[in-house]
Amino acid sequence: MTSVQLHYFALLREQRGLSSEVLATSATDAAALYAELSARHGFTLPIDRVRVAINGEFAPWNTPLLEGAELVFIPPVAGG
Amino acid sequence: MTFRISTTPLDPPTLARDLLDLRAGAYVEFQGWVRNHNEDQAVQALEYEAYVALAEKEGARILAEVATRHAILGAACVHRTGLLQLGELAVWVGVTAAHRGAAFEACRAIIDETKARVPIWKKEHYTSGATGWINCATRGDFATPAAPQPQAGPG
Repeated sequence: MTSVQLHYFALLREQRGLSSEVLATSATDAAALYAELSARHGFTLPIDRVRVAINGEFAPWNTPLLEGAELVFIPPVAGG
Repeated sequence: MTFRISTTPLDPPTLARDLLDLRAGAYVEFQGWVRNHNEDQAVQALEYEAYVALAEKEGARILAEVATRHAILGAACVHRTGLLQLGELAVWVGVTAAHRGAAFEACRAIIDETKARVPIWKKEHYTSGATGWINCATRGDFATPAAPQPQAGPG
């Protein structure tokens, strides 16, 4: 199991019901973790409309999860 | 060249002063205001939220990229977060250049890229009481609701 820190924003924050959490997961990459969380919390955004940031920078979905990593799933942005 | 997220109201004259440059013959500014409608729905207020650390990092990259493509002297962008009322200033972009062409084009590029790339989210509060997170990220496309909303007609 890998322990990671998660921060949620906007629609995902509302669907998760909190802004951040520390989670132990058996997922090995960011995509698998998003799938795990989607199944558990009923996220409505498919993965192809979401990006992931790891340790404060955009990252590919197949990035391996490392102990203590900070992840943010980024819903479609809508500034302006 | 600064890109900043602000939790407090923006004052364009103050922001513009930071761009003063005696080499500049042109100053172009864009203000994004909270309007009272979107796709046939009456909007009462907007709520903005940002992943501040990455938003400011991505925003700085946008300013740097635009500066390499256009002959500008200075550029800055500030975006609000929090609950904004109709008519309030949500985003401000300022650009200086020796000549107006580069300033107009760079200003347009900065706001377009900001809308498309920077992790900022907008929730519309409608007069009906409903709310919806908006995806207006795709260049030139209509905004796509990120949550169930009444359907707007085409065009």
